[in-house]
Amino acid sequence: MFACIHTPQLPPDVSLREFAYGFSPVVEETRADTVVIDVDGCELLFGSAYQLANQIAARAKAARLRGGFETTVNVAIAANPDAAIHAATRLKGITFVSPNEELTCLGDFPLDHLDCSLVNVEKKVANEILETLGLWGIRTFTDLASLPTTGVSERLGQTGIRLQQLAAGKTDRQLRVKQPEPVFANSVELEHALSELEPLSFMFARLLHQLCGALNAYALATNELCVTMQLEDQSTHERKLSLPYPMRDHKVFLKLLLLDTEMHPPQAAVRAISISCDPVKPRVLQNGLFVPLAPAPDKLELTLARLAKLVGEENVGSPTLLDTHRPDAFTMKRFTLQMADSRKRSKTSKNQSPVIANRQCLGFRMFRPPLRAIVEADQGWPTQISAWGKQRSVYGKVVNLAGPWRTTGDWWREDQWARDEWDVTIDRQGQQSVYRIYRELDSKNWFVEGNYD
Amino acid sequence: MKAAFSKAELESDIARRFGDAFKVHEKPVVETLSTGIDEVDALTGGMPRGSISEIFGPASSGRTSLMFSMLAHATTHEETCALVDANDVFAPTAAVAAGVDFNRLLWIRCAGNLEHAFKATDLLLHAGGFGLLILDLGDVPGKDARRIITSWWYRFRRTVEDRPTVLTVISEEACTRSCAALALELKGTAEWSRAAEPSNVLPMRKQLPLKPPPIAQGNRLRLNSIKINRQRPISAWVNDSRFSAQAFV
Repeated sequence: MFACIHTPQLPPDVSLREFAYGFSPVVEETRADTVVIDVDGCELLFGSAYQLANQIAARAKAARLRGGFETTVNVAIAANPDAAIHAATRLKGITFVSPNEELTCLGDFPLDHLDCSLVNVEKKVANEILETLGLWGIRTFTDLASLPTTGVSERLGQTGIRLQQLAAGKTDRQLRVKQPEPVFANSVELEHALSELEPLSFMFARLLHQLCGALNAYALATNELCVTMQLEDQSTHERKLSLPYPMRDHKVFLKLLLLDTEMHPPQAAVRAISISCDPVKPRVLQNGLFVPLAPAPDKLELTLARLAKLVGEENVGSPTLLDTHRPDAFTMKRFTLQMADSRKRSKTSKNQSPVIANRQCLGFRMFRPPLRAIVEADQGWPTQISAWGKQRSVYGKVVNLAGPWRTTGDWWREDQWARDEWDVTIDRQGQQSVYRIYRELDSKNWFVEGNYD
Repeated sequence: MKAAFSKAELESDIARRFGDAFKVHEKPVVETLSTGIDEVDALTGGMPRGSISEIFGPASSGRTSLMFSMLAHATTHEETCALVDANDVFAPTAAVAAGVDFNRLLWIRCAGNLEHAFKATDLLLHAGGFGLLILDLGDVPGKDARRIITSWWYRFRRTVEDRPTVLTVISEEACTRSCAALALELKGTAEWSRAAEPSNVLPMRKQLPLKPPPIAQGNRLRLNSIKINRQRPISAWVNDSRFSAQAFV
């Protein structure tokens, strides 16, 4: 049995669906002012269907403090939801439609009251059919229901049959229940605050295992994990792990989270942990036989995290040149795998080979930071260089040189540069090496920038 | 009792007792990765996969040029590459001129910490999937490189031998000892040559008669000798084998 709740005057801040959840977990929200609930199984709580209907009406009329919304509602109970909807929207108060006696209650309703959207009939088509029926003198639900089925089928098609069944109250359908959006989040409050990583790892493992289980159940993955830890000093420690690819392996997540926690530990003991994620569709990859070797994405992510912990996050990645003439201007960006299309691979490799042959360039090794040098010059030409640093030293006689080349830039900024560069060959105990040195125009200091190799 | 036995009799007797002791085993074909320089490929056959290759030589001998060429070839042939830079000397502006595709290059900067460099190399080897892995110890002084414990090299050799990864070590002096399947010694020195075409680079100062011409567009590095140490060490001395590389400005 189904109960339809309809209110002609719904307050704007009231959700009829939330009100209906108080009586049954299976609720169809047909319209904002009309909901249908499945009353099967409610007898233990509310008694018979009639008693249930009375309770619904009474609670709706009750004050807001007591769960109502101070409005009169129409309640109709029928064997199928469509009959209940028609009864509730037309008849005031509580209506009980006995099974197989729907026409007794609904038979006198005019055809204009027939809600064609309940049987998925377009309004335009329904209007045409109703107009045709009107021309035939069919005015009420009973008139339409009593027409021969074969004749209706021949003249109005399957749409007409569906409308006839709707008028007769004989439709058979399930409630269209709106599933709530799944929330992928887990949290736990600890009895005692934890300050060590090892016991925290057990908590992380448990939460991540549940989270990944839920993702698996919905065939989803995630590329971002949000971890929030409530600390003993009432503060909050939040971390966000961004992954380049959607994953749902809890072991990988656990290792990444532990590495991140070691690099960015919370400032106090942890009292509560909450982990949430935004689900996305998993990435589908089709491996080819001739695709070149590449690291596995989850293994690579773990390796990058370990490398970041070893040398620092800013020292791991791919270099990206900046759009400037400033010497040695680049940034480090996160390294991500490049997946090549195997169909385009042969074209790419054919085109690249002749380009490489023409682009063999002299290698250069950059000294970071540049070595401060003492240069002896003869009429402006460097003749002797001495430069000493923590890890290297450059000294000797200049036996060959080229330059100077002047380079300046960013004169409008505080970090402007202006210098004269030289390429010099330095002889040190018979070994000759080529270096690039430069002299800053403003400070007149000499530096050794790097070594040609 | 026979006083002397022929070699054939001895061999047959030993073979009967010890099976295929004298059987000539064919070595499996080693896959290689091209260096991108035809002269070096012709001499070495390319860098062998699944083993350690070593390139050593003093400063300005051509090690970095060879490294750039290898990276350019590998990255443009869709190999994922990694560079462990012990002293943070990699110059992206020079590498991009050589054709290196940075989207396929993972650069780890170790700021002079040798222990970090070796741990990073170990992590990358165990992760697997890299076609070319370069450990750049070019600026590590010889005395520090000689102090690297041998067990690290054995560990690397053991890890890489079952993988299609080329592990290349660049250093000032030979330090991998017997663990490298290929060792390239570069003894080149830089040679200056006058540009054939007129240069559009104007000298900043007027030329003085006693000074060398200030304009140079290219440096020609001469590869004087190559020593190849495969499983059976073979020394190959090649005179005047040159590969030219244009200087970038």
